[in-house]
Amino acid sequence: MSGKTLYDKLWDSHLVRQDDGGTALLYIDRHLVHEVTSPQAFEGLRLAGRRPWRSQSILAVPDHNVPTTDRAAGISDPVSRVQVETLDLNCSEFDITEFTMTDLRQGIVHVIGPEQGATLPGMTVVCGDSHTSTHGAFGALAFGIGTSEVEHVLATQCLIQKKSGNMQIRVDGRLAPGVSAKDVVLAIIGRIGTAGGTGFALEFGGQVIRDLSMEGRMTVCNMAIEAGARAGMIAVDDTTIAYLEGRPYAPGGEHWDQAVSAWAELHSDADAGFDRVITLDAGSLAPQVSWGTSPEMVTAIDAVVPDPDAESDPVKREGMRNALAYMDLQPGMAITDIRPDHVFIGSCTNARIEDLRAAAAVIRGRRVAAGIKQALVVPGSGLVKQQAEAEGLDRVFTEAGFEWREPGCSMCLAMNADRLEAGDRCASTSNRNFEGRQGQGGRTHLVSPAMAAAAAVAGHFTDVRQAGDT
Amino acid sequence: MDKFTVISGIVTPLDRPNVDTDAIIPKQFLKSIHRTGFGPNLFDDWRYLDHGEPGKDNSRRPLNPDFVLNQSPYQDAVILLGRENFGCGSSREHAVWALLDYGFRVVIAPGFADIFFNNCFKNGVLPIVLDSVVVDRLFEAVAGSPGYTLRVDLPAQQITTPEQEIIGFEVDPFRKDCLIQGLDDIALTLQHADDIRRYEEARWLEVPWLFDK
Repeated sequence: MSGKTLYDKLWDSHLVRQDDGGTALLYIDRHLVHEVTSPQAFEGLRLAGRRPWRSQSILAVPDHNVPTTDRAAGISDPVSRVQVETLDLNCSEFDITEFTMTDLRQGIVHVIGPEQGATLPGMTVVCGDSHTSTHGAFGALAFGIGTSEVEHVLATQCLIQKKSGNMQIRVDGRLAPGVSAKDVVLAIIGRIGTAGGTGFALEFGGQVIRDLSMEGRMTVCNMAIEAGARAGMIAVDDTTIAYLEGRPYAPGGEHWDQAVSAWAELHSDADAGFDRVITLDAGSLAPQVSWGTSPEMVTAIDAVVPDPDAESDPVKREGMRNALAYMDLQPGMAITDIRPDHVFIGSCTNARIEDLRAAAAVIRGRRVAAGIKQALVVPGSGLVKQQAEAEGLDRVFTEAGFEWREPGCSMCLAMNADRLEAGDRCASTSNRNFEGRQGQGGRTHLVSPAMAAAAAVAGHFTDVRQAGDT
Repeated sequence: MDKFTVISGIVTPLDRPNVDTDAIIPKQFLKSIHRTGFGPNLFDDWRYLDHGEPGKDNSRRPLNPDFVLNQSPYQDAVILLGRENFGCGSSREHAVWALLDYGFRVVIAPGFADIFFNNCFKNGVLPIVLDSVVVDRLFEAVAGSPGYTLRVDLPAQQITTPEQEIIGFEVDPFRKDCLIQGLDDIALTLQHADDIRRYEEARWLEVPWLFDK
């Protein structure tokens, strides 16, 4: 009998029951909640006269709607304000821990969960947000759910699920300096496509993944959903354990030792079978830049905008034409000739301390180019912001001409006041380049923090591996 | 949830791949704390020529005449025909609420994103996966005769064309049953409350730290 994958182990250990058709009841250990996808779920609970099954498993935070400027003034948009206030009221009614907007620990839900140690190896973690895949970096089964499922987890601590397939993505070799986790995951999506992981749970492995910090691993798992997979995950190792030790929600005392020994099992067995295996050699990987309106429309910094006429599939060809028209780009144009007018460093993909350090290292002692209308840094949490300020990174950014903001989702999806105007072009460390994602008519190019910083300084995309020479 | 058995109606073609949930319902409309009222803002960026905001009177906004929902007879369609990876992106259930609020009860495509697919079933919307060759053929049929209708019979798992051609489709038996009976998932799960408690007790002995806080 062949061994189990990490996903098999996580699935099996959370199975409450399963019927003959394979429909399973899966137990949920951690439920993260934010203001946008929860109000209708709490309302449903109230209407049915139900209470949360285990309030203690829930951690709530407002992140999508919050302003990134002065918090003392509250939220000026009345519709956003009602949504955040509704979260506050629901959390107090149902005895749920919430880091409110003025709490130092507030931040993007996928940044604060791991930061607090509220995401642990071996857990099932859900949230009404597709980027919940982030938490899989800890050897957890983590995936996004809709609002009806949020209500279901609130009421029952379980989800009705069917098991996905197992896909392994192995990234071998070593990354060149200047090439990061973001470039790895963009290259993977470019390779397998935005539906390549549909129906699968992804496990990332290989030397490159093992060499990544927890921040880098979270960046990779965060974008599993952009490859179509609800869940991405990485085996537990010493890097995972070192990150978690001493965090507020991590187990303490005797439980810590017990946990660490149990976590040693959280990897795929050597003889485990995968339904699909993808391998990538990262040794020659260049920094990536997206050129279109889907994350699979991505290429290397030293490449050119592709030509739709060279695409044989008529549906894809039409998709590329639409994308180039929306992005106002011509086939054959060098990626390095694209000139963004906005730079956004932030989001649940790239707003952790390591991301800010990487961007600051490129910017230090330089100025934002004259053609850039706005350059924003939005830390992922209040604690990331505090740490960055302790290291003096805020001054590196502000002296270069960046705005240093309060934590939240901000211009990744532009639900708050931070957004692009029609026609604006943005170098963004976020995860989606869909039409209108950062503001109606806005144009998004997905890049790593170092690449965004290099573009801010140069005024056009440039290869960060050579940014020191220009 | 409304029961779903047989639905007949006009098919709207949306001929582009990777239609994402940001396109189905743009972010500014997610600020609502209700489940209804999203229909007028379904595909807002494509459907109107100006920028939409919650509270704006949509009946006074300039329509984009090139967008299919603004063309007769698609205002009254109940079946949406899409391309691959339909519903990719964000988990926002608002995308399904918007489709439903507009009047769509069926979405046919060669492939769906997982979370969107799942959200459909929770709201009485039936997502049907058909082979891309069959979808191509349906796009051609609709282009050749606007106002083209299909009859979707969930109990029989069959689609009938105006020419009486029968196209079969697959659906998970549990989800099919929930749709046909309009069942509440939560009530179903709570029938197994004892199983959940037993699981928790056993799990607590095994991994007590997961119950610390």
